[in-house]
Formats: sequence, C-alpha cells, structure tokens
Amino acid sequence: MSTPTTTSPGAPGTPGGHAPAGDHRPEGGVDKAQYPLAALLVVVGAYTFYDASTLSVGFGDPVGPRVFPYVIGAVLVLLGVLLAIATARGSKAEPEGGEDVDLAQRADWATVAKLVGVLAFTIATVDLLGWAVTGAVLFAGAAWALGSRTLIRDVIAGLVLAIGSWYAFYVGLGIPLAPGILDGIL
Amino acid sequence: MGDFDLLWGGLQQAATPENLLFAAVGVLLGTFVGVLPGIGPAMAVALLLPVTFGLEPTQAFIMFAGIYYGGMYGGSTTSILLNTPGESASVMTALEGNKMAKRGRAAQALATAAVGSFVAGTIGTLLVAFFAPPLADVAVQIGAPSYFAIMLLALVMTTAVLGSSALRGFIALFLGLTIGLVGLDPNTAQARLDLGLPQLIDPLDIVVVAVGIFALGEALWVAAHLRRSPLQIIPVGQPFMGKDDWRRSWKPWLRGTALGFPFGAIPAGGAEIPTFLSYVSERKLAKNDEFGKGAIEGVAGPEAANNASAAGMFVPMLALGLPVTATASVMLAALQGYGIQPGPQLMTDQADLVWTLLASLLIGNLLLLVLNLPLAPLWAKLLRIPRPQLYAGILFFACLGAYATNLDPFDVGLLLVFGLLGLMMRRFGLPVLPLILGVILGPLMEGKLREALSISGGDFSGLVSEPLAVVVYAIIALAVLAPVVVSRVRGPQAPAVPASATDGAVADAAPESDDEKVGR
Repeated sequence: MSTPTTTSPGAPGTPGGHAPAGDHRPEGGVDKAQYPLAALLVVVGAYTFYDASTLSVGFGDPVGPRVFPYVIGAVLVLLGVLLAIATARGSKAEPEGGEDVDLAQRADWATVAKLVGVLAFTIATVDLLGWAVTGAVLFAGAAWALGSRTLIRDVIAGLVLAIGSWYAFYVGLGIPLAPGILDGIL
Repeated sequence: MGDFDLLWGGLQQAATPENLLFAAVGVLLGTFVGVLPGIGPAMAVALLLPVTFGLEPTQAFIMFAGIYYGGMYGGSTTSILLNTPGESASVMTALEGNKMAKRGRAAQALATAAVGSFVAGTIGTLLVAFFAPPLADVAVQIGAPSYFAIMLLALVMTTAVLGSSALRGFIALFLGLTIGLVGLDPNTAQARLDLGLPQLIDPLDIVVVAVGIFALGEALWVAAHLRRSPLQIIPVGQPFMGKDDWRRSWKPWLRGTALGFPFGAIPAGGAEIPTFLSYVSERKLAKNDEFGKGAIEGVAGPEAANNASAAGMFVPMLALGLPVTATASVMLAALQGYGIQPGPQLMTDQADLVWTLLASLLIGNLLLLVLNLPLAPLWAKLLRIPRPQLYAGILFFACLGAYATNLDPFDVGLLLVFGLLGLMMRRFGLPVLPLILGVILGPLMEGKLREALSISGGDFSGLVSEPLAVVVYAIIALAVLAPVVVSRVRGPQAPAVPASATDGAVADAAPESDDEKVGR
C-alpha cells in the first residue's frame, strides 16, 4: 500500500512518459471546480477513517476490519490534498469525449438538473404508481428534458416500453415489477 | 488433448436449439446496444444483466457471450460509420475505417472488421481453452500472499502505469476501494460505511454500481454536452470484400490476434495498447502509402487485436478469478450473483459451466458473423435514432435494471448517486477502469491480506513468505519505477512511444519491464 504515496506526488506536475494532450493546453488559469472535488475526497476519506474507528476488533484476526478502511481513508485524504495542490499549480482535467459529446460548447447543467429531477420523481413514485406509469413518465420526461418536443409521441413510446417491459419481466422472467395503481388491470 | 474433449463436450452442451436461441438473442441484443452511440461493451453487459436474471447460469452465460462479442462488434460499426469512437479500444479502428467509409468503402471496412473479429475471437477462445486449465492447475497452489501481490499488481498496472495521469487514476481507484468497503465485514459481521441505512448492510450490487457509472453517468455527461449539430452518417450497403481485400486483410488479422491475446490476458488496460501497436505495425509494414487515406490493413489489424484481447481477458478471469477489464469485472460480478465463487477452483468445481461458456463464445462468434453481415445496413439505421429519445431510452433501461435487481426504489436512488459520480468522473477526467477494479478487487484483496497475515500470526513478513509474491512485488516496483526513471534521464522531450534506443542502462530497464509484462 505504499506505492500510491510514492508515485502520485510527481505525477501532476511532470507529465512523465504518457504525456496527455490535455496538460499542454495553451490557456492558463486554474480549474477551480476541482477544489470541491478535492474537498469531497478529503471528507469521504475522513469519514471512512472515522467509520473504521467505530468498529471493534475481533479475536484471532491480526488484521481486523479496521486496517483496510484506515489505509483507504488516509490515502483518500492525501489524494484530496494532492489534487488541490495540483489544481493550484494549473493541472487541468481532461474531460471525456464521445460520439454525442461536443466539448466545444458550454456545459448545459440545466438539462442535467432536469434529468436528475425526472429520476428523483421515478424513485419517489415507482412503488405508488407502479412501473408501467412511472416508467412511461420517466421516458417521456427524460426525452423532453433532452430537447424533444414531440410530447404525445414520447408518452406513447414510453407507455409501450413500460408496459412491454412489465409484461416481459412478469411473463418472461417471473419478476413482478410494482403494479401500483394499475394493480389488477395489468 | 483432454481439454479439447471437454471443449467438444461444452460445444455439444451449448449447441442445443434452445441454447443457440439464447446465443442468437444475446448477439442481437449485444450488437443492438453496442451500436447505440455512447455504449461500450462493458456498459452493454451491465445494462443487459437483468435480462438474464431469470435464467439458469449456463444459459445466462451463453447469452453473455453473445452480448459481449455483439457489443464489441457494435462498437466498431459506430466508429467506422461515425468517426467518433465511443471507447479507447475503437480509436484505431476509426482512424482508417472512417476514411474508408468516406471513400465509399464502408462495406469493405465493416466486412473486414466482422471477419477479422471472427478470426481473432475464434483463435483467442481456443487459446483460452489451451492456457486457462494449466494456469488454474498452477494457481490452485498459489497462497494468499501471492494472490494479494497479484491483485496489487493488477491495480497498480491499470492505475499508475496506464492512463494519462497517475493522480487521477489513484483517485478513481481509491473511490472504488471505498465503494467496495460498504457492507458487512465478512470476518466480524460488522457493517462498514452503512450510513445507518439497512439497505447498505449487504455489499452494493455491482450491477447498480456499473450501470450507474457507465450508463447513467454517460447519459448525464452527454446531456451536459449534447451535440446540437447532427453527425454525418455514412450510408452503407451489404458488407463484402473483394479478392484484393481478402489478400490484404488476412495477415493483419493474424498479426492483430497475436498482439491482442497476450495483452488481454495481463492487467494492461484491455485493448488500448494492442490496437495501437497493431495500427502502428500495420502502418510500418504497408508497402503503399494508402495509410491515412483509408487502408484496409488499418481496420483489419486493430479490430482483430481488439477481439483477441477481449478473449485473452478470460484467461485470468477463469483461471485466477482476477478481472483485468471493466467487462470482466461485470461478468465476474454476475458469476458471484449465481453463487459461483471465482478462483482457480472454478475450472474444476464448475467445469461444465466453464466449458459451456468457452464453447458458447465460439458459437457467439460464428453467429455474430452470420447475423451481422446481412444486418449491417439495419444497424447503421440505428445511428439515426434522435438523441433525446435514445438517451431517454438508456435512462429507462438503466432504471429498469436497477429496480429489477431487488424491486426496491432505494436501488434506483443508488443508481442516481453512482450516475452523478460517473458524471463527475467524466468531467474531471477520472478513468473508470481503476474504480470498477477497485470495487471488485478491494474486498478480495482484503480477504487475502487477512488470510495471509493470520497464517503468519500478524507478522508482515508473511506477505513475502512465497517466492512468487516476491517476484510480483519486484515486477510492481519495475513497472512503477521504469517510466519514472526513463522520463527523468531522458528529460521532458522524451517521446510517448516506447523508445527503441540502444544506449545505457535506461534502455535496458524499459524493455525488460515490457518483457515481464508480456510474460506474465
């Protein structure tokens, strides 16, 4: 477990053999959004450490349940600090590309928030309304959040998907998804 | 020859009409999901896991085999027709493949990818059948200290040696290890990191973690950066190859297979390195200067390397219970879901299952070729699904999968948490593989560590009590130190490609560590 601590400090400043393209970006400045991430790592690490300290050690087990979380928590705190230092020195993240990802434009967090809202609605209502209804709302709502304006078509598509998957799981796999308000109808 | 008798037995078991149907469904589903933009093989397997819940282990694994190879092939279709590879393993395919497609040779590019995948997958699977049993025989005698060292090697290799930033790799790894801690400690039955929630007393369901990080994280990340201008999709007819294409393709297929398989079998990040090496070597060997304008060798080689490494992955997974790629991690989790304990005993305890799985890999490979050549134009149409509906569908199936595991909305909540984590990782350039390996290997490593130290009575020298463990630690040290030393001595101008210099001690150190990696 000593390897992480010995290798990571040198990494952010000196982009060794595998020089990533992202570190050579011409623009200066500091990626301030990395500070909350560093803080999060420190918090998670500290909590892991604290949580481990509440465990009692068993008999006949020289390692016990504490050692692993102690090490992991401590290293996470250290990594958080290292990330903060690297950020201050100008280390930038290299956001991931992809088929439908256009990194040239600004991040659209409003859409992400809408999607999270749709998922929260799903979690809150799936047992109450049942998978057939909630699933349809999930599909139509997510499509709407992503910019689709053919609401009626999306609702129909969502209903087909949701009711179809309900029956597929019930009949095909023998898993009864929550029927909810449609109990007895499906 | 006993192993091939067993493989033959597995073939007979797998080739019942019912099982063939499962394999065909798996291939079709896998290709379908793999063709969809933004979904790689690991995500395809994770998303489709719930479909196999109601099946027997054998049938489930036959379906997995189809899903896995189908998902791989779907990914290369996307990169050839769209020029935007969804995963690092398809980057090299996209380079020449998309140029071929633009020159009106999309049909040949898809055909050489399909046949190359078939050749490499078949040879690769036969090699697995050849190598995994003897390795498992040896591995049964490996003790806990060596196991701990080997797992540490896998983590260090995927985290520090590969990837662009060691710091970000370690952040991802330790987040994964933290996730792996959640749940009851197996020895003392105390809940760790349960946050007071009864649902967190059991270890986290790897399906929920994987679907959250891969599928939901990707969908949210795409939502934040959705491309508003539609991509240009190249129309494609029936894939076929002319005589000249066959003549030019067969050698790259074999070379790609030879490069891909060993890299797949060691913890070296899957297909990324062998596809790159295959591309570079085909480019060097090419006699004409077609490279850069759509040379068929540049598709044939990397595609074969990709599939051969996908097969190679099964050697450590089946013989040691050690996953080296994200897909292997998900599959191993699926095994555990059936109450099957991965490890060297797997080859003897569950011989039927293993040989049926290997046989179904062969069958899935063949079905892939038979089904996908005629279906290619249909798959290409999938690329035209409007993006809002596509990603809404991914969200829908991700939630369905998470909900169906325990029929508890809490799991959908967990899915959302891991989706947000996946979003964060993509924003901050944190690699996904170390995290997934951390989740899977963390608990295994802890078990082996405690086993090793309880044998030695808590004395840390117990960790180096076996010669193999010492050798593995030496390899770890070499793998970590060699790049550092090389970059220090060579200065900042050192090229990213492994140098072929002949001078001094540095040049000796680097190839040596490469040999060790390949030899493992």
